[in-house]
Amino acid sequence: MSKSFFVDTTVCTACRGCQVACKQWKNLPAENTVNRGTNENPADVSFNTYKVVRMREEVIDGKLKWLFFPEQCRHCVEPPCLDTAGDKSAIYKDEATGAVIYTAKTKGLNAKEIIESCPYNIPRKGKDGTLAKCDMCLDRVQNGLLPACVKTCPTGAMNFGEREEMLALANKRLGEIKKICPSAKLLDPDDVRVIYLVAYNPELYHKFAVASVFDFGITRQMALAKMFRPVKNIASGLV
Amino acid sequence: MTNHWIDLKNSDCILIMGSNAAENHPISFKYVTMAQQSGGKVISVDPRFTRTSSKADIYAPLRSGTDIAFLGGMIKYILENKLYNEDYVVNYTNATFLLNKDFSFKDGLFSGFDSQKKSYNKSTWTFDNDEKGAPKRDLTLKDPRSVFNALKNHYSRYNLALVSRITGTSEADLLEVYKTYAATGAKGKAGTIMYAMGWTQHTVGVQNIRSMSIIQLLLANMGVAGGGVNALRGESNVQGSTDQALLWHILPGYTAMPKASQASLDVFLASIKPESKDPMSVNWKQNYPKYAVSMFKSFFGENATKENEFGYQLLPKAEDGKSYTWLDIFDEMYKGSIKGFLAWGMNPACSSTNAGKARKAMTKLDWMVNVNLFDNETGSFWKGPGMKPSSIKTEVFMLPAAVSVEKEGSISNSGRWMQWRYEGPKPLGNSKPDGDIIMELGNMLKEAYKKEGGKFPDAILKLKWDYMTNGKYDPHKIAKEINGYFLEDATVMNQQFKKGDLVPSFVFLQGDGKTSSGNWIYCGSYTNKGNMSARRGQKDVASNIGLYPEFAWAWPVNRRIIYNRASVDMTGKPNDEKRWVVKYTFDQKDGKYVPGKWEGDIPDGPAPPLSNPDGTARADGKYPFIMQKDGLGAIFGPGLVDGPFPEHYEPLECPVEKNFMSGQITNPTIPVYGTDADKVASCDPRFPYVGTTYRVSEHWQTGLMTRPQAWLLELQPQVFVEMSEELAKLKSIKNGERVKVASVRGSIECTAVVTKRFKPFKIGDSIVHEIGMPYNFGWRWPVSGKEESPNLLTPSTGDPNTRIPETKAFMVNISKIKRG
Repeated sequence: MSKSFFVDTTVCTACRGCQVACKQWKNLPAENTVNRGTNENPADVSFNTYKVVRMREEVIDGKLKWLFFPEQCRHCVEPPCLDTAGDKSAIYKDEATGAVIYTAKTKGLNAKEIIESCPYNIPRKGKDGTLAKCDMCLDRVQNGLLPACVKTCPTGAMNFGEREEMLALANKRLGEIKKICPSAKLLDPDDVRVIYLVAYNPELYHKFAVASVFDFGITRQMALAKMFRPVKNIASGLV
Repeated sequence: MTNHWIDLKNSDCILIMGSNAAENHPISFKYVTMAQQSGGKVISVDPRFTRTSSKADIYAPLRSGTDIAFLGGMIKYILENKLYNEDYVVNYTNATFLLNKDFSFKDGLFSGFDSQKKSYNKSTWTFDNDEKGAPKRDLTLKDPRSVFNALKNHYSRYNLALVSRITGTSEADLLEVYKTYAATGAKGKAGTIMYAMGWTQHTVGVQNIRSMSIIQLLLANMGVAGGGVNALRGESNVQGSTDQALLWHILPGYTAMPKASQASLDVFLASIKPESKDPMSVNWKQNYPKYAVSMFKSFFGENATKENEFGYQLLPKAEDGKSYTWLDIFDEMYKGSIKGFLAWGMNPACSSTNAGKARKAMTKLDWMVNVNLFDNETGSFWKGPGMKPSSIKTEVFMLPAAVSVEKEGSISNSGRWMQWRYEGPKPLGNSKPDGDIIMELGNMLKEAYKKEGGKFPDAILKLKWDYMTNGKYDPHKIAKEINGYFLEDATVMNQQFKKGDLVPSFVFLQGDGKTSSGNWIYCGSYTNKGNMSARRGQKDVASNIGLYPEFAWAWPVNRRIIYNRASVDMTGKPNDEKRWVVKYTFDQKDGKYVPGKWEGDIPDGPAPPLSNPDGTARADGKYPFIMQKDGLGAIFGPGLVDGPFPEHYEPLECPVEKNFMSGQITNPTIPVYGTDADKVASCDPRFPYVGTTYRVSEHWQTGLMTRPQAWLLELQPQVFVEMSEELAKLKSIKNGERVKVASVRGSIECTAVVTKRFKPFKIGDSIVHEIGMPYNFGWRWPVSGKEESPNLLTPSTGDPNTRIPETKAFMVNISKIKRG
């Protein structure tokens, strides 16, 4: 059974406990930041920052909304980065969970190509060329614990579990939210293991919140891999 | 909190006003979210659109310091549209009481104001009593002298147009909030309030909360699940420290502080024993003398005897009419009358209002002992900005303290839950638990007084001070002392106790020296059955409202919802059948109703409700508000120094030249301090903008524990000032640039955050801008030394009842910084 996250942005308060918990569990160093005229910080994901809560002020239908989007690697069902790398010792998929894992051997990859292959613009290069991103807290998950970001979330915005359960939860919440907010949708639920529920146009949350239809399947390696792709789980059909 | 954190999930409407719970009490949003997902509405009222507002169903902005106008308008709306719960108002509140015919209110002043002393003679703030001495009542609510009609009359002035002119909230927004919240007055509906320092830190702080208490009584929201008046405490153990008398005007358990004029124990005890002539009123506070004597036995042990008034003469007394609050301490220190200072777990150099005055005051000290986890702006004040170390005489000692997780003991959360915690890692280096530091200090003081004598050695020498085990502070000994012991064999209420038994509940405490209890409200927390606060039972009550009565322990007597007897009708039947808190079932004997039993939460006393199931009155029934002298909810509240009904006054520093509500611009009783550091600039063109302060999720209080933490500093690296796009345009300020914010008392540099989340207010016929800053910063960290405390700008004044400072509304200017 594979795993998935369900991220319900409609109940996220941007307390950013997830962002700190991620750094704490991974013991990642803090970045030297300045206030850039926003609460959001650091400015982007980086080699040392796997998770960033995006905050956007938008006026929708004449009312101010503050949209929060806890961003991280989506752990794609068919990861373009994995296909692009074509080297299972550098980027591989953990079969049990579906986690997409980067090893120290990513140092040997063409970082630019890998980053560009990601429809969500997530992987980041370290000084020595190694690539890094969220690893689903695989060490925790393999020991029966929740990922650190999920464990720390107070409101139920961050959820994690069996993929079927997460899809069911996502569709249940989508149904509830749609009654209040008809524009609500799940983002790429069939393609990713980090399924976001947003109330409004996803592009208002973040440029890369949702993958463009053209973002998948652009490299030669991926084209080859696609020939063997199994039938997709049509999760959105459950709504 | 009258209720508790989990109980928020039971609410049909949560008003979050004077608090930014999503950011400053993030875990509370677990339960707020649950309430919302069950169909409850969340309303956020705040000068600024916050992370709380982002999750609310309704957001309404208001200008800082105008909450009473906003809530007064709601009271008027509820009364005029008859949205109050009439049964509740008539039977459970003092709305029916007739007022003293000399009580009056005219142009912003209540009867009895002494303009010389700036205080009220409250002799007319009383009820018209019958021949037995109990208040006369008009159950029809028609008598013009009834509290109900005085209330109606008082708030008749708070019409939408006027409230909107004062608050800057649009009439449409006011109406939407009023309508949504007032809907909780319907039977079986519950509305609650989450408030914090956004309500308290004003010159009308206590009256802000009184306004809401009146609304909750009118809507029958007191005592019910999902209701109550809920103060979100600013630190995890602020509730505990208040219970244990952190504040000067009380002894533990909210016992009044003895005054110098109360020369004997008898005089003191008489002053803390209210009398009611109504047999239906439990008037629980009449038991205070027993609790006070038991407390003195706990303080002085065997040295407290009947002959020496149980040690009453060993206690410090407050001078009549004198105040000893934080504002007063720093005022005295500034004037040079205080020589030594223990700054214990505090950072006044950043947390004090008018922090510049506090910092200067510290230069007048001979010595300071700074007990804290890390060095801070207080311990290092002498080398801070603008200080000349060579000219400062103060000698500073630093005592490193252990952090909370390194200590065993209890904390009491906002919901009054006393929860036991265990020691995690051992304290680092030379750091010690506060308990050890204070025990050792006490022992050394005793030794010094024994050896050298002094002005009044007995006050220290006669203290019972035996809370160490093998030379270490023993939290269990303290917890048991707070609970209390039987000091002799005794039979109380037909139960036998042996000397040394822990007292199982405060109903067994005695006023003759046979029992001790360090704090009566905690009596029952640590009994012969064990440490009740260490319990971790997961079982809920039958109605599944999240009481979890076997998890930890709540004061008083493990009652989870205070005034729960007001959640039932006159016959003891719950008004909300699904989310019931308590219910009463009568027994029958010979065709008559006889006392039966309460189920659910621990009720406010075992007496039966006021009526039998057939509606006939019971002579042994009791009113539900047992801590009120008259047993009924106080819509008319004569206990405060600034009025029995809340009235809108402007903050000490405000943007308007007149109060649109009356001729009295500010609260007439507010404290004023007169040193050269106590400057005030109201309606001053040099300081045209309203300023306010707040906290952020990412930092804790003055940031002592969080600013040195790199992961948190990464999230919020710098002090910032939030302002509207309109104000930024007016001042040509760009988002992200450093700007100067100044009040008449000081100035700081901040990063500008230009945001849609602040909007200009229309106040009267003018546009008023408001800005806000988080007070979590100070020069000591980060290393740049440039991120200073916004409390350098805030004024030295506060609420006349509590003297909590007015840091939520003051006047500032903002300007670009000219470089090079």
